[in-house]
Amino acid sequence: MGKTIAEKILGSHSGKEAQAGEIVVAQVDFAFAQDGTAPLAIESFRKMGGKEVFHRDKVAFVIDHNSPSSKPGVSSLHRLMREFSREKGFPLYDITEGICHQVMVERLPVSAGGLLVGADSHTSTYGALNCLSIGVGSTDLAASLISGRLWFKVPETLKVILNGKLSPGVYSKDVILYLIGQLGAEGANYKSIEFEGSIVDNLSMEARFTICNMVAEMGAESGIMNVDEKTLEWMRKYNPSASHPQPVRADDDANYENILEYDLSSLEPQVAKPHRVDNVVPVSEVAGLRIDQAFLGTCTNGRLEDLRIAARLLEGREVHPEVRFIVVPASRQVSLEAMKEGVIGLLIRAGAAVLNPGCGPCVGTHAGVPADGEVVLSTANRNFKGRMGNPNASIYLASPTTVAASAVKGEITDGRELQ
Amino acid sequence: MNKLRGRAYKFGDDINTDLIISGKYKFSTLDMKELAKHLLEDIDPAFSQKIKPGKSFIVAGRNFGCGSSREQAPLAIKESEICAVVAKSFARIFYRNCINVGLPVIECDTDGIEEGDCLEVSLEKGTLRNETKEVEEKISSLPQVMIDIISEGGLVEYFRKRGGFKLEP
Repeated sequence: MGKTIAEKILGSHSGKEAQAGEIVVAQVDFAFAQDGTAPLAIESFRKMGGKEVFHRDKVAFVIDHNSPSSKPGVSSLHRLMREFSREKGFPLYDITEGICHQVMVERLPVSAGGLLVGADSHTSTYGALNCLSIGVGSTDLAASLISGRLWFKVPETLKVILNGKLSPGVYSKDVILYLIGQLGAEGANYKSIEFEGSIVDNLSMEARFTICNMVAEMGAESGIMNVDEKTLEWMRKYNPSASHPQPVRADDDANYENILEYDLSSLEPQVAKPHRVDNVVPVSEVAGLRIDQAFLGTCTNGRLEDLRIAARLLEGREVHPEVRFIVVPASRQVSLEAMKEGVIGLLIRAGAAVLNPGCGPCVGTHAGVPADGEVVLSTANRNFKGRMGNPNASIYLASPTTVAASAVKGEITDGRELQ
Repeated sequence: MNKLRGRAYKFGDDINTDLIISGKYKFSTLDMKELAKHLLEDIDPAFSQKIKPGKSFIVAGRNFGCGSSREQAPLAIKESEICAVVAKSFARIFYRNCINVGLPVIECDTDGIEEGDCLEVSLEKGTLRNETKEVEEKISSLPQVMIDIISEGGLVEYFRKRGGFKLEP
């Protein structure tokens, strides 16, 4: 019987034939946590009797979720992280560096075919680089920090083939929102999703990260793509010294739980309505709804390509006087490149508030908590009630184009009207 | 802790971890008592005062615990001395986190359970008895590694005792 990508990677890391449904203990190539999960991981590490981390170059912490700190309690947990990483001698990416997932794809601790665990649910992002990257909780992460190993139930795999060609003004965010709407919030629970097809082939790496990032919103354990020239180019650019990539492909006779095929040539821009990510409609159904805040950023859509799209749309235009437009580049690198290209200048001139790299207002800790009754249109991956810090606000999710166009018009707008 | 007994508090489908414990609280403390005060407050602000410690179950529909990987969610539930979470299905990371922190999670059909019903769960027999409705249900069984972790009282104890992961052949 042939094998899926997840079966192959879990097999090569556990030293045994891995088949969906089996439990394996696998060696991880890298493990990291962020400031929402690392403090509890440190606590578990100590209670477990941990002395050293399994490998200093295969472990990292990132401070991104509440960065810079918003209050004394947060500051003391950040200090705990800094002290722990210094004591154990592994890197901590501090408040200057940006969102863990962008930091990871820019530092590339793992190559194609690798296995990575992160204490953050959107760790699935690097599946776009053909890594099996899996989100875990703090205590699982602590066990990985100590032993370099973790147990996994080998997932069933869902193959999703995306055919056709996206029309201009429709982006990978629209694709993944549409899929989540089709499959539902539990539609891929504990599964791995293999993506392929002409639409995936034509997407940039940045756009592919957006898709793998959001598989978590269907409950998927991982989302994974094949390696092509764009993947190799990304790897050469961001980690030329990395070991030779060893791409993993599924066998032709691999056993899939299901194979879903879509032609998305006529897909419209999509919007997820409150308070569920799978509550997805075409933008035309919500166009005209007044917004109070627009947010461009996050591990889903805070990359250079996303900022460029917004800047191009805002050139010669201004943010609507009754809208607060918050822009948060995903990383220091993204900030620097966007500055060099003049993208940041264009955004600020048009009336955007550009913040330091990090998660920004996505998790409701700081930097843009909405008022009661307000409507936010965001490029993030979650619109749960209370997600941005106020259960009485409503969050809609869309692509960078939809968000930028809506920031100009003051209401939800199909970005294609302004392009 | 083999027999758990208490009253059901009923919730719907897709209760996410932001609802269980909001991000605005979880970043500033490791004091779970503090977090437990805010358990599920965006759904029911009085929830943490209503429940009787050691005598309450959270009962929900499908996909309980979806969303973020925050282990503060099961820890805040455990700190509130909820006997167990009973749901039709659970999200992956939340489910693992519950096992790891030693919070019993029970997968079974919850349609017949109403708010206020008196439940008794026997983890040993693998049954959930609804005393109010006078019905008994089988609960789903767990893989051996999860049974081992739970029987040690959580992953910390499992790991400390065994020094790592050991799968029975």
